[in-house]
Amino acid sequence: MDAIIKLLLHFAIPTLIVSVIFIAILNFLLPREVRTIFKRELKSYFTSPVAYVLFVVFLGISSTLSFFFTGVLEGGEADLFLPYFQYLPWYLVLIAPAVGMRLWSEEQRLGTMELLLTMPLAPWHAILGKFLAAAVVLFSMLVLSFPIVWTINYLGDPDNGVIMAGYVATLLVALCFLAVTSVVSALTRSQLVALLVSVAICMTLWLGGLPHVSELLMNLKGGWLIFWPVLKLVNIVGVMPHFTELAKGVLGIRDITFFITFIAFCLFATSVAIRLKRA
Amino acid sequence: MIEVENLHKHFGAKVAVDGVSFTVKKGEVLGFLGPNGAGKSTTMRMVTGFLPATSGAIKIDGKDLEENEIAAKSKIGYLPEAAPLYSDMTVEGFLKFCAEMRGVPAGEIQSAVDDAIKTTFLEPVRHQSVDTLSKGYRHRTCFAQSIIHDPEILILDEPTDGLDPNQKHEIRQLIKRMGETKAIIFSTHILEEVEASCTRAIIIDRGRVIADGTPDELKAKSSNAGSVVLRAAGLAGSGIKAELEKLSESREVEVLESGDDGIHARILPAKGKSAELGKAVSALCKDKSLTVEEIHVEEGRLDELFREITKSDNEA
Repeated sequence: MDAIIKLLLHFAIPTLIVSVIFIAILNFLLPREVRTIFKRELKSYFTSPVAYVLFVVFLGISSTLSFFFTGVLEGGEADLFLPYFQYLPWYLVLIAPAVGMRLWSEEQRLGTMELLLTMPLAPWHAILGKFLAAAVVLFSMLVLSFPIVWTINYLGDPDNGVIMAGYVATLLVALCFLAVTSVVSALTRSQLVALLVSVAICMTLWLGGLPHVSELLMNLKGGWLIFWPVLKLVNIVGVMPHFTELAKGVLGIRDITFFITFIAFCLFATSVAIRLKRA
Repeated sequence: MIEVENLHKHFGAKVAVDGVSFTVKKGEVLGFLGPNGAGKSTTMRMVTGFLPATSGAIKIDGKDLEENEIAAKSKIGYLPEAAPLYSDMTVEGFLKFCAEMRGVPAGEIQSAVDDAIKTTFLEPVRHQSVDTLSKGYRHRTCFAQSIIHDPEILILDEPTDGLDPNQKHEIRQLIKRMGETKAIIFSTHILEEVEASCTRAIIIDRGRVIADGTPDELKAKSSNAGSVVLRAAGLAGSGIKAELEKLSESREVEVLESGDDGIHARILPAKGKSAELGKAVSALCKDKSLTVEEIHVEEGRLDELFREITKSDNEA
């Protein structure tokens, strides 16, 4: 009973507040075009089996692997950060591109791009509407992982503030991967190509931040020459350090700014990609 | 409403549209004719703002398209050639989405959708999912989308493609009716369609406008315009043929049927003589006191003109 009250207080109410704020922004601040595109996209996720399959895959993998391989149960401390959140971005490297791959490539495959772009709307309306719809799918996915949090709260007395920070960090990383996928899917009409290329880029963005990976690459014979520029770039745009800071519960302005800038840049790049495709 | 001036489009080294100019006013229906790959669709895609032009100017309602993209696009209804649709929606859901995107006020969306469904005969499939539709229904659903916001300008890329003859007839009537209050451009391969619903037609070949005029003017340009069909008796067919060939107004005599006592033939006019040929033939018949069973002057035919000018261009 105690766990349920804590769950409500620490998670359900903040989630509800975030949702209400999001709906308010969508309805009152954003133009009608964004809202219309958003509604269509979100509906299309849930009329096809895509969203459900991804939900099951994500929740299945993340919870089983967390319980069995990361030792949440044996840890005793019920400190969720290390075992659970550290592994979430690994799944998101695959899941976020799977959610986002259809955003623009489907539009090109069906030819509906021609309809969409001859409607009276600015390209950013469509880009933002689509991105937000996919973001809501990812958000719901994270919300649906609440049984794990409930279990932890049932078993022990964890710091729910840190857990919440972990979720915020995970969501931001997921949105970064989604934004990358948005650019890639604007460049191809094949969803499979969009998926594979996005996974590769997200993987690089994620792995590049791991200290032992960069060490390994640098120590390869001649690796220094090849990997130095890549690693330098990943040092700048790599999401790992920002994720780690946030997930620890340190809500630094710098890290939040990084994520927002990264996403904004990718959405801008999507508009450039769409323009290039048309000409 | 639509002014296009010296429009060019290059795809890499390939020139798809090479200096096309035309204007369409309110109350005009402009037919786009031309062989496959002539640049019709590319021109339409530029006028709708989907493709950027390489050079040239497009004005919609007196304003430059590029500078007023959103305002211009809101005046246009567009049916793309492939009739693309979102396959995961129902017909009604799709039309509602389009109406909302097109800025139809929330209170009028339902009636706009109902009207469009009625005009394009979509009632039987209203609640059906788009990916289960037959080709004709898909095409009409996309057509319905183009008229849902009652636009001032309609651009239709092969609007009757995939329809049965009855539906083709209905759509032509509809285009003609809407043409009274809108500016319409539509492309087609079917020449009778141009005659049935256009006030003007242009023929495009290899990126250029090679003929521009009312359907009647274009027909008159065809080399067979003004030819005379004659069925006469009283002399041997070969004799009549020889007499007809002597006329200065005739270029060629095509014998359709010839016997000992008469002829059925088409006399083609010499260049610039199409107006006088009829008189000359009937005078000849009087002279030789032939019994005329049938005589009439033929209008030119669009498909003849179409073949003549697009063929000679290919040979050049």
